[in-house]
Amino acid sequence: MAFWASQSLNSLALGGLLFMLAAGFSLIFGLMRVANLAHGALFMLGAYVGLASVQAGLNFWLAALLAALAVGVVGGLIERFLLRRLQGRTLPQVLLTLGLAFIIADACLMVWGGDPMRLPPPEELRGAVRLGDLAFPRYRLFVMGASCAIGIGLWLLIERTRIGAMIRAAVDDMQMARAIGISASALFSAVFCLGAALAGLGGVLGGPILSVYPGLDADMLPLALLVVILGGAGSLLGAFIGAYLIGFVYTFGQALVPDLAYVILFLPMVAVLAIAPNGLFGRRLS
Amino acid sequence: MSHKTAYSCLALIAASLLSTSAFSQPEPIRIGFMTVRSGALAAGGKQMEEGLNYCLQERGGQMAGRKVELITVDTGGQPATTRTRAQELVERSKVHAIIGPLAAFEALAIDDYIKQVGVPVVSPSAAAEDMTQRKPNPWFVRAVGTSAQANHALGEYAAKEMKLKRVATIGDDFAFGHETTAGFQRTFEENGGKVVKKLWPPLNVADYGSFISQLPTDVDAIFASFAGGNGLRFLQQYAEYGSPVKVIAHMTTVDEGILKSMSQEAVGVISSGWYSATQDAPGNKEFAEGMRKAYGADPGYYSVGAYTACAFVDAAAKAVEGKVEDKDAFMKALRSVKLDKGPLGKVSLDEFGNPIMDVTIRKTEMKDSRLQNVVIKTYPAVTQFWTYDQKEFLANPVYTRDYPPAKNLGN
Repeated sequence: MAFWASQSLNSLALGGLLFMLAAGFSLIFGLMRVANLAHGALFMLGAYVGLASVQAGLNFWLAALLAALAVGVVGGLIERFLLRRLQGRTLPQVLLTLGLAFIIADACLMVWGGDPMRLPPPEELRGAVRLGDLAFPRYRLFVMGASCAIGIGLWLLIERTRIGAMIRAAVDDMQMARAIGISASALFSAVFCLGAALAGLGGVLGGPILSVYPGLDADMLPLALLVVILGGAGSLLGAFIGAYLIGFVYTFGQALVPDLAYVILFLPMVAVLAIAPNGLFGRRLS
Repeated sequence: MSHKTAYSCLALIAASLLSTSAFSQPEPIRIGFMTVRSGALAAGGKQMEEGLNYCLQERGGQMAGRKVELITVDTGGQPATTRTRAQELVERSKVHAIIGPLAAFEALAIDDYIKQVGVPVVSPSAAAEDMTQRKPNPWFVRAVGTSAQANHALGEYAAKEMKLKRVATIGDDFAFGHETTAGFQRTFEENGGKVVKKLWPPLNVADYGSFISQLPTDVDAIFASFAGGNGLRFLQQYAEYGSPVKVIAHMTTVDEGILKSMSQEAVGVISSGWYSATQDAPGNKEFAEGMRKAYGADPGYYSVGAYTACAFVDAAAKAVEGKVEDKDAFMKALRSVKLDKGPLGKVSLDEFGNPIMDVTIRKTEMKDSRLQNVVIKTYPAVTQFWTYDQKEFLANPVYTRDYPPAKNLGN
């Protein structure tokens, strides 16, 4: 019983982390049809910026905010000055983001060195909560809550605001959206900024669990791709469900059949692609 | 004398001067150094560079009276690239010896090649057991112990002196993790202990949470064997779960190279290894202080490995009076190297080219406001075969995930 309970909590915590990683990726892909392969690198950049801020004496929450802003700005610059030039040419855009991923990773290595570093959780979230004979880290409970809060915030933004309506319209039919006067250019920049900022925030919030090290980007990117493929690109609900599904599959796969953990991780993706090629909640993309 | 003859005279003098100076200044000894400057292994690579540079500076850039020319290449931690770089070093740069590479799978990738061309290679870190056991390479010498060399001692210490009865193990799921854990399990169980659970998280696992939840809380200790940055992540996450059980570990889990990024979670960990920055080996005090001054941190596994590899090459070059061009004599000298002092203290090599050296049991403590591995017991002159008969040891299969078999799982 304790086993199932604690592994379920682990799954939820990992799912929460994956959602923060994948939400931005999914938003960008849904709107711009660009598989942003620099997303893992932006996640890592966020973690490093957060770490540097904490080391400079900032408190954890300010550091998280600062990292999200900084990475959001980097994302905006990438969209404005690089991706824009290749508009409509998907393959060169994907290659560009791959190149950027390498550049960002090497820049991090140059600035912060190769040593793995520890990003301490905020003072008030240290230690474990005890429920009977079950001990569970307080910080992980917080990550679950934070991811739900971010999920709800994004949902409100997309379903209940004017910008959200514009994004939904553009995801469904870009040409029609333009015809009725939606500025795709501004929308692209805004969404890319937002997606990158989410990645940066995810990096800081993930830091105390994952620690910060070169290679974090490459470890996280496949998981983001997995979540998005499973949940369906461009769908917030898909990213949410996909993230938690992968969280459960990954955790229980490793606990129950450790030798096949990676196989089990990719099985649901294969199954979903075979049955519903657009993912669980994906809309047919034109 | 006409101008013309005067000039030719001058040219002659100049030429003869040049040739004599060339004669008195022999060519430098060329050493190839294979490191990793990018990717996940870059931290270890950087520490190797520091150790090697420190060694060369200490010797004024000379070995046996000849200048040393260091040719550094980056393998990126990729076996295929390692092979190409080794070929470049041998065929283009014509090196007399190679120090490197970092990882065991890189060393395996050049194993055949170095046999074929016959170039002396000193490994500063790759610990794969069989390279100095069942599949020895006459051109290969190690400046670090085998994976399990220090853990035989820890297994005995845990059973006999710490009086631990039941232990669960957790280690990286690759050869290094398997071999280190196997060495511990063997001596621990032979001395009456029981290994009741073994967990193998994948090398690049994102989160140890699901594994930590499986670690039993009713055992006497957890044995942890992690490489690179994984020790940092594991101990930190284990602490988050309230660290219910004492941790004992292989040296790389609490290596000085990552200890500087750790805090309270590492305090109290008992580990075994052949190097600790605090150990009282002849020559280590000066070394550790010098390294701290030069690079601002305690030296660890990788920097000491590279430093010792360089010291081996130096000692061998002296033994052949600088005539490193005679490959066979140079290799022979390298294989019979003996050092009296240095970070490891007294070191010699066995017939397989693997060091015989002191192994210590250490406890991680906060001292002088930094974490240090404080020595609590020394096992002198430990070989890769521990106290076992060499023939018998080699007749058994190499250590793996399932060898020696764990008979007490679930007890």
